[in-house]
Amino acid sequence: MKNVIETKNLCKTYEGVIPIHAVNDVDLQIQDDEFTAIVGPSGSGKSTLLNLIGGLDHPTSGEVIVNGHDLSEFSESKLIDYRLYHIGFVFQAYNLIPVLTVRENIEFIMMLQKRKKEDIKNRIHELLEEVDLLDKINKRPSELSGGQQQRVAVARALATKPEFVLADEPTANLDSKSASNLLDTMERLNKEESITFIFSTHDQRVIDRARRVVTLEDGKIISDVQK
Amino acid sequence: MMFKISWRNVWRHKTRSLIVILAIAVGVWAGIFILGFYMGIMDQRIQDVIKTEVSHVQIHHKLFTQNYHPKFQIKNSRSILEDLNHDARVKRASGRNVSMVMIASANASSGVKLIGVNPDDESQVTVIKDKVLEGVYGFQNSNSIIVSRKLCDKLKLKLGSKVVVTMQSKSNELTADAFRVSGIYKTSNTKYDEATAFVQDEKLQTLLECDDYHEIAILLNSNDDLDPFTTYLSGKLPDKSVESWKDLVPGMRYMVETADQSLGIIMWIILLALVFGIINTMLMAVLERIREIGMLVAIGMSKIRVFFMIVLETVMLVSVGAPIGMLLGYIFITYFGSHGIDLSIVSEGMEEFGYATIVYPTLDFSSYIKVATQLVVLAIVSSIYPAWRTLQLKAIDAIRKI
Repeated sequence: MKNVIETKNLCKTYEGVIPIHAVNDVDLQIQDDEFTAIVGPSGSGKSTLLNLIGGLDHPTSGEVIVNGHDLSEFSESKLIDYRLYHIGFVFQAYNLIPVLTVRENIEFIMMLQKRKKEDIKNRIHELLEEVDLLDKINKRPSELSGGQQQRVAVARALATKPEFVLADEPTANLDSKSASNLLDTMERLNKEESITFIFSTHDQRVIDRARRVVTLEDGKIISDVQK
Repeated sequence: MMFKISWRNVWRHKTRSLIVILAIAVGVWAGIFILGFYMGIMDQRIQDVIKTEVSHVQIHHKLFTQNYHPKFQIKNSRSILEDLNHDARVKRASGRNVSMVMIASANASSGVKLIGVNPDDESQVTVIKDKVLEGVYGFQNSNSIIVSRKLCDKLKLKLGSKVVVTMQSKSNELTADAFRVSGIYKTSNTKYDEATAFVQDEKLQTLLECDDYHEIAILLNSNDDLDPFTTYLSGKLPDKSVESWKDLVPGMRYMVETADQSLGIIMWIILLALVFGIINTMLMAVLERIREIGMLVAIGMSKIRVFFMIVLETVMLVSVGAPIGMLLGYIFITYFGSHGIDLSIVSEGMEEFGYATIVYPTLDFSSYIKVATQLVVLAIVSSIYPAWRTLQLKAIDAIRKI
């Protein structure tokens, strides 16, 4: 097992009248195939940590090292490529493109990667089969339930064959059945396709399924439990 | 895919997009129609100047137009006239005698330009014959005179009325003769009408003691020959004054020359108003999709692609409205170009400045191309600011809003 992601003395401070240390001296190693939940109360720095790992935000100090590369050395365009080729994002509010169908939402991100048409077609089928939404391939997001939309978002996140998926509160808007289905899908993909999943969550259902739980409080890791 | 997303985004808010498309269509239609209307007025005025007033080219003695003295005749005018009437580029040339005279009726008098013409030749050079309202375009006898309706009103004349015409002869003697009104005409230029009357050329030559013409008016077969023919004739007749209508009516030439600029300014003003409308709409579309755009950047879409997507959406919006406007403009110009727009309600004002009261809008193909080019510029300019706003967007800020 190798470290996919490593943070060293990672800090993120939001300046203001009272500076807020959203992430405070975090050292964390995430290895291949992990199914990790970063938990903590609201404002503990979960999402900020995920954003720093995803290259969406810049740390105040410290390093985010992905596959041996320090993200702070990446230019803006290299960061975009990093996000496009190495990370899959799943957001709390699904964030599918409303004017595109399920198929097109997944196809779109692969077209950004300039993948071959045949390859794209096969991957869409494969992913929709995985998330059990092949029958909804031509539906628009507005025609799907919240759980179905989040499963499409997972399929989209996986379409680029990322090394790891960052999921920010993926079950927050889902009922128990949908959340359970989604977690089943993610767990299966983690095991069968060896995709690393990192969740930020305070949903107990996710915490129960995670094989590792990292707890943050006031931006610091207060516990790191391997199950 | 980018085209598909942009196209569908345009129709995300149907009503809003339709309103903008309608505004663009109406703006473009109005612009094209104004251009066509203005060009129609100009075209008719030029045709009136050529066919009613001065024809394409005129030849004079070099000093004649300085004071219209009868002694400044065109030497060998008859042989020049004969040569001209054998030139393939010339539709017809007509010799004229011209004198500034005082015309008096029993009630009033007025200064006019009296033109001595041969009706057979003249009717092939000018359309005055078609403008005769009463009587005939011809001279029943040598003392017949054709005057305008305007002059009739001024001098209280009617068909058959007697007038006395006084003029200066070649030998500087004052000479006069009585004429009877044999025809009354009316053109679309009241200034011209008020100051122009026609008599038989031979009669006027006798009164002026002249044996040659003062003026040769030439109507060409094609407008395209105007400049080369004028240059050719100037070279052939170096001791004569050879001028095209552009020199004879310089005000008209300046109007034609500045028309392009004036119309260009009018069109740009219309387009500028549309630019603000489009920017407003696109800015709204961008700002309400800020989270979505942020998400696109977050998952790996470059900002240049996002910029291009917004430009594309704007271009598509314009691309739907503009052809509708251009088509409407074309239909209106084609319809009114054959049926005319009757402005007789303001006829006096129009005719006072020499313009016809029925306007036939016209617009050449190159003007449509010019408008289309302006619209492409409009679309791109309108898209820049909203698209630039997306470049300023930080994915993390948008993500925090998610």
